[in-house]
Amino acid sequence: MKGSEAVAAVMAELDDEPVVNANGFIGREAFTARDREANFYMIGSMGLASSMGLGVALAQPGKKIVVLDGDGNVLMAMGTLAMIAAAAPKNLVHVTIDNGVYESTGNQKTLSSQIELEKVAKSSGYKNSLVVTELDELKKAFRTALDSDGPSFILVKVEPNFDHNTGRVTHTPEEIKRRFMTAASR
Amino acid sequence: MLNSQNFFSRLKQEGFNFYTGVPCSLLAGLFSILEKQDEFPYLASVREDAAVGLCSGAYMGGKLPVLLMQNSGFGYSLNAFTSLNLIYKIPMLVVMSWRGCGGKDAPEHIIMGDINEKLLETSGMEYSILTQDNLDEVLARARQTIVKDELPFTILVKKGFFDER
Ligand SMILES: Cc1ncc(C[n+]2csc(CCOP(=O)(O)OP(=O)(O)O)c2C)c(N)n1
Ligand SMILES: [Mg+2]
Repeated sequence: MKGSEAVAAVMAELDDEPVVNANGFIGREAFTARDREANFYMIGSMGLASSMGLGVALAQPGKKIVVLDGDGNVLMAMGTLAMIAAAAPKNLVHVTIDNGVYESTGNQKTLSSQIELEKVAKSSGYKNSLVVTELDELKKAFRTALDSDGPSFILVKVEPNFDHNTGRVTHTPEEIKRRFMTAASR
Repeated sequence: MLNSQNFFSRLKQEGFNFYTGVPCSLLAGLFSILEKQDEFPYLASVREDAAVGLCSGAYMGGKLPVLLMQNSGFGYSLNAFTSLNLIYKIPMLVVMSWRGCGGKDAPEHIIMGDINEKLLETSGMEYSILTQDNLDEVLARARQTIVKDELPFTILVKKGFFDER
């Protein structure tokens, strides 16, 4: 499966769940696939989508919160996996698009082919953690995670394919925040 | 006299209801009080930048967050403040210990101690230095910055305020 297909599949499955998107292509793909008020797009702050998602999940325990992360982002903030596991928010679904590279900066290799991130999440203490490689599998796993108690980690193995013409997020950072806050407290 | 207990009470009065951080011995008393209460469970962060992410998410979910850190953690979290909080306007109260203040401290703290205020200023971060008798004034400024301007506000804390053991 391609990275953009995986992002689009996740976005298509959503109702009104707040999503925190990691920086780089992931947020741009999510924006292109389905821009919505409940999407937070991280434009800088690599590595912080996960801790931010944890904060939202703890503040809004009645809502399912989704983090759409990248392998490079997760590797940069591996300690945050421990924070999520320790806080154990039932309402957090952590999806990681693992293309094996820092695609946004020109496809340099990440360590994800040598480190089994799903095992890191599991041994940190995530309630559920699994790897998917097929689109159908991803859809099913994501649906299940939305409908059950977490924290859940889904590592999505994809081929790098992001299109460099994919638009950049056009909302200003302040707009992104305002829209997200309104949607997250609705 | 200002101590960890009455400082925490004042923070609660001001509506701060989410607490995280990475410890510093100058704030040990405050951490100890936070860990002992369960009205607002204290969350241990592993790094200061992750704590900034956590507080930012909590704020967007409707909380008013406080982040306790040593000034060394300001170095770790500078990118988070400049590429997230200052541009999206996501506020939080930062209680930052001022290690290396006045050049008298362990070697690793001297440079940050020296540039701490300048670094806050150049990065456009509002702050006040806590004294024995300016807490009301500092919290009023914090309220203005956090609630009205929606920007982070830092309280710089020297040795001798919250390091009760
Ligand atoms: C602190 C920091 N270091 C480096 C960068 C440059 N950078 C932007 S996106 C990115 C890659 C992110 O990798 P990954 O999470 O795997 O997402 P992908 O690009 O593969 O979709 C990098 C290195 C940055 N924005 N911030
Ligand atoms: Mg990647």
